[in-house]
Amino acid sequence: MKRLVWALSLTGALVAFGAAAQPIKIGVTISKTGPAASLGIPQSNSVPLMPAQVGGQPVEWIVLDDASDTTKGVANIRKLASDDKVDAVVGSSITPVSLAMIEVAAEAKVPMITIAASSKLIAPMDDKRRWVFKTAQNDSLMAEAIVGHMVRAGVKSVGFIGFNDAYGDGWLAEMTPRLDAKGIKLVATERYARTDTSVTGQALKVMAAKPDAVLVAGSGTPAALPQKTLKERGYAGKYYQTHGVANADFLRVGGKDVEGTILPAGPLLVAEQLPESNPVRKVALDYTKAYEAKYGPGTLATFGGHAFDASVLLASALPVALKTAKPGTPEFRTALRDAIEGLKEVVYTHGVATMSPSDHIGQDERSRVMVTIENGRWKLLSPTN
Amino acid sequence: MDATILMLLLQDGVVNGAIYALIALSLVLVFTVTRVILIPQGEFVAFGALTLAAFEAGTVPGTVPLLLALGAAACAADLVEARHALDARRILRIALRDLVLPGAVAALAYALGPGKPTLALGIALTLAIVTPMGAYLHSIAFRPLEKASVLVLLVAAVGVHLALTGLGLVFFGAEGSRTPPLSDAMLPAGPLSVSGQSLWMIGLTLAIIVALWAFFGLTLLGKALMATAVNRLGARLMGIGPGMAGRLSFSVAAFIGALSGVLVAPLTTIYYDTGFLIGLKGFVAAIIGGLASYPAAAAAAVLVGIIESVAAFEASAFKEVIVFMAIIPVLLWRSARADPVEDEE
Repeated sequence: MKRLVWALSLTGALVAFGAAAQPIKIGVTISKTGPAASLGIPQSNSVPLMPAQVGGQPVEWIVLDDASDTTKGVANIRKLASDDKVDAVVGSSITPVSLAMIEVAAEAKVPMITIAASSKLIAPMDDKRRWVFKTAQNDSLMAEAIVGHMVRAGVKSVGFIGFNDAYGDGWLAEMTPRLDAKGIKLVATERYARTDTSVTGQALKVMAAKPDAVLVAGSGTPAALPQKTLKERGYAGKYYQTHGVANADFLRVGGKDVEGTILPAGPLLVAEQLPESNPVRKVALDYTKAYEAKYGPGTLATFGGHAFDASVLLASALPVALKTAKPGTPEFRTALRDAIEGLKEVVYTHGVATMSPSDHIGQDERSRVMVTIENGRWKLLSPTN
Repeated sequence: MDATILMLLLQDGVVNGAIYALIALSLVLVFTVTRVILIPQGEFVAFGALTLAAFEAGTVPGTVPLLLALGAAACAADLVEARHALDARRILRIALRDLVLPGAVAALAYALGPGKPTLALGIALTLAIVTPMGAYLHSIAFRPLEKASVLVLLVAAVGVHLALTGLGLVFFGAEGSRTPPLSDAMLPAGPLSVSGQSLWMIGLTLAIIVALWAFFGLTLLGKALMATAVNRLGARLMGIGPGMAGRLSFSVAAFIGALSGVLVAPLTTIYYDTGFLIGLKGFVAAIIGGLASYPAAAAAAVLVGIIESVAAFEASAFKEVIVFMAIIPVLLWRSARADPVEDEE
């Protein structure tokens, strides 16, 4: 009899303990392998830097790799939602995978914070996209900055060399109307594949059109190839790149051929050059320090910041949701969604976010800076330059 | 398109075609001797380029431990294969080939790698690291399947390709690398300027074609390989071991692959997964050559390079479509022309 009482009280204690430590579960699906691995690796590296506790509750981060594959990404979010019963999902790294995941997020009513680039993920707002939030800058924000710089620099005609995929398509679609509006002519549009070993044909075609500037719309080291080829062929105009190249490997592979390139980027890239008055500076520097302390100096890539920013949004919204419901319940997920939508002036590594029911990214021009490459380093350009 | 642009495109096409030609030659070699369509050939290219890049950066590349691991696995596979006829001499030979050789190469790499070896030394080390991998992969993955159908061998080749691509991502990371050129010289030739690097590429491709021809035509070993290619059973009756023939052809393929990687790395950025696309274009060329003829495959490779280059200029968005569509009329023509043959399987 005595033994039974012991056993019962032990079970009771365990149940009580279990309830108190019921962790908040966040699922993360990232493209750690496959074509988008250069984005996914710094992003999954950022997960250990995310808070292990929010509002006194432990947070459990469950990380899965989707191999840059749409089917795998959908399977991951299904598993996270139904087996692990997560309270929110972060990911995926690329647009096609994230687009496919929206369906599942809405069906399971799990808030999803994508770290992919396209604005199609959160616009136009509908019943499904209600559940989706986004941290990576919209291409439109960046395209506006490039066109603005072109106008100030007196560029009259532009040649475009872009990836032969969603990234290139997206940029072409953003640039064309903006260039038109400013009376800048788009004189050549050429495409290439990430793994191409030669872009001589495309480079010759662009040069034959004699543009004042060339915009290369590619991400990571593959974006260096067109620029190197154009340099080799003696093209002397201005070079623009997109924020997809903002990592140290681009500088390493590009070498002296990418000196003077102009590109928009998230403020994280040049955090230490931001003025002291900029609120982003401190958050971005803290993240940079933590990341480089763990993975070595010079390893930071801005893509990792998007994943970290998702955790900043969650850390700000979770305490609000915890007031109304318990983690692991449908009510909590709804409360969390509402809390993220209600976030105001949250400072993260890529700017300041203010969400609203119609705007699930909430960024403004504080989320972008123009930079150039000088002596193999990123250099912040003044906004009027 | 004016004449100058056409000349530039042709030049670009020929230089790229030279690399495809090297790939096509090794695919034909391996297929004729072992009936394996060597999908992982592209990985040898990427491994060659990235291993050299790692030496340039003053680090010991991940392919060195891979070589040791493959050697050990191949040793086990060889011992199992020869279990019915094991004697001291044979064990010693297997140990020398699968354990001592990679051990020595690895020791050299660890001794010289961190000290930024000169370009020539780096290339020599790279070739020494990648070449034996061919033979080991043959022992591990293909020798046990020797009697299987072409389709099974193809599936095994796809498996090896996927495994090597994954390992490449682990060893070299997702971002690409470049290496310094073998020669910085630029020679003016009319409106064109010819880089020393492209001359190296074309020269070495020609040299390898001549060397392969001499090897098969003039040496006993080469003739033994040819014999295996023509009639496996007959060759075996004449005392030519199919294991030896397979190992040798895989090693030659890995050597050519690594050399292609070393040649192409200064011209373009190489990623852990670049090899597949290069390999696929080499494969198109090999198919056009009927997977049998070396000169036809080499010529087809240059044609593929030129088609690619012109397509990139005319319709860059459809470049790959155009290149890979080129295989269809060739296949139609070949099947219309060929005598109906009984399926060999």
